Amino acid sequence: MAEVRAEMVANVWKVVAAEGDHVDDGDTLVILESMKMEIPVLAEESGTVAKMHVSEGDVVQEGDLIAVIG
Amino acid sequence: MLESVLVANRGEIARRVIRTASRMGIRSVAVYSDADADLPYVGEADEAVRIGPAQPAQSYLDATAVIEAATRTGAASVHPGYGFLAENADFARKVIAAGLIWVGPDPAAIEQMGDKIRARNLMEQAGVPVSPGSREPVTDAVAAVAEAARIGYPVMVKAAGGGGGIGMGVAADDQALRAAFETARSRAERFFGSPEILIERYVERARHVEVQILGLADGTVVALGERDCSVQRRHQKVAEETPSPGVSGELRARMLAAAVRAGEAVGYRGAGTVECLVDSDAGTFVFLEMNTRLQVEHPVTELVTGIDLVEQQFLIASGARVSFDPQAVVPSGHAIELRVYAEDPVRFLPRPGTITGWSEPSGEGVRVDAGYTAGNTVTPFYDPLLAKLCAYGGSRDEALARARDAVAAFTVTGPKTNLPFHAELLDSAEFVSGDYDTSLISKLRP
Repeated sequence: MAEVRAEMVANVWKVVAAEGDHVDDGDTLVILESMKMEIPVLAEESGTVAKMHVSEGDVVQEGDLIAVIG
Repeated sequence: MLESVLVANRGEIARRVIRTASRMGIRSVAVYSDADADLPYVGEADEAVRIGPAQPAQSYLDATAVIEAATRTGAASVHPGYGFLAENADFARKVIAAGLIWVGPDPAAIEQMGDKIRARNLMEQAGVPVSPGSREPVTDAVAAVAEAARIGYPVMVKAAGGGGGIGMGVAADDQALRAAFETARSRAERFFGSPEILIERYVERARHVEVQILGLADGTVVALGERDCSVQRRHQKVAEETPSPGVSGELRARMLAAAVRAGEAVGYRGAGTVECLVDSDAGTFVFLEMNTRLQVEHPVTELVTGIDLVEQQFLIASGARVSFDPQAVVPSGHAIELRVYAEDPVRFLPRPGTITGWSEPSGEGVRVDAGYTAGNTVTPFYDPLLAKLCAYGGSRDEALARARDAVAAFTVTGPKTNLPFHAELLDSAEFVSGDYDTSLISKLRP
């Protein structure tokens, strides 16, 4: 299991991957928005999205859990 | 003279406008969102009105809330700053319809220049050089490829109604163009509410140089020199200087004359900026766009001319004469502005957070326009600009030396800032030589 966490305070603009989806290393999981900039959050390994912890419109703090890849 | 002004903005520019208003005896009204209640500009205004939650769409972009705040506080005029509603012609019209004075150009001029395709066409007619590009909106990827075949690669793809570098992309072939087109269109719809896309020839190895103009109350337009804004990341400016080290006296004279023609072509009133791309080797330039408002980097022009541009905006809006002799403006010395952003200095990614320590430099030739201070929280809702650090000197070398000292003396703790990048920039051989273009940052950060 790999945890994907937020690198910074941001708004969740788009949730790209859904629970159960297969993702490859480098695929976009969600797109955050901070300071008028879009920041894609990428999967760092291949696997299945076991849990998506955020929804569009959420505000995440630095270190918050975004998703778990199984 | 205006009795009062509501400043429809936040952060450093709201504070800067309030400062001049206060000096001129104009009562100032600030507006703020829940995220900004503690920022310095809110406390420094004579009055402050909460206009909504942190999300810009429900606060600083909410025209109705802003105008209500103005009416409720009896403000006589509205100064829009830059960004948010500053280049929104409908907002300007609503301000005027509410019986308030709009501190800006005629809404028709905002509209004409806000549409980059119309602006290009108009400039071409006025005898201002433009690069080969679309004369009407490009509607889909197929049309984009056809248009690029006519114009010639590489091309720049951008939102006709856009700004701030958002959604802009460069393409060197059909495949890259299709991708850039889709990106630009989705950003254009999301950020600017219009899907219209413009394609123009991308000028490689260009400097980004802009001319400050002022349209006076009597209808004449004057140019107050240029600013070099070639230090950019993601098509957004990071540092600016005046005069441009890449513009000869002869080229400057041609650019200033073209900028005056551009302003005259739209009956421009107030402060505006004509942005151009310059090929220093060839000594040529093309029109890029016109910004119908005060520019972020206006302080460098103020430092070399001694003219307070916000004061002139207020004077012009009230129908009065400007405070200086428009025929006798002779800039002297050199000024540089460094934008201090809440971002990491390596990848330039946003770093919001709470400011635990803040110490600004001061001294001869140093000017700081700051939006924040210790104890404030930098939120993800707005742009990352914390402060503008400017240094003036009799020569470029002196300005750079003062800028280096000022950067070293500027400490911000809490969020990461790009101050270390500025230190690096001021020591880089290419920047110091003055012989640089818009690719400078990509060379420093390969």
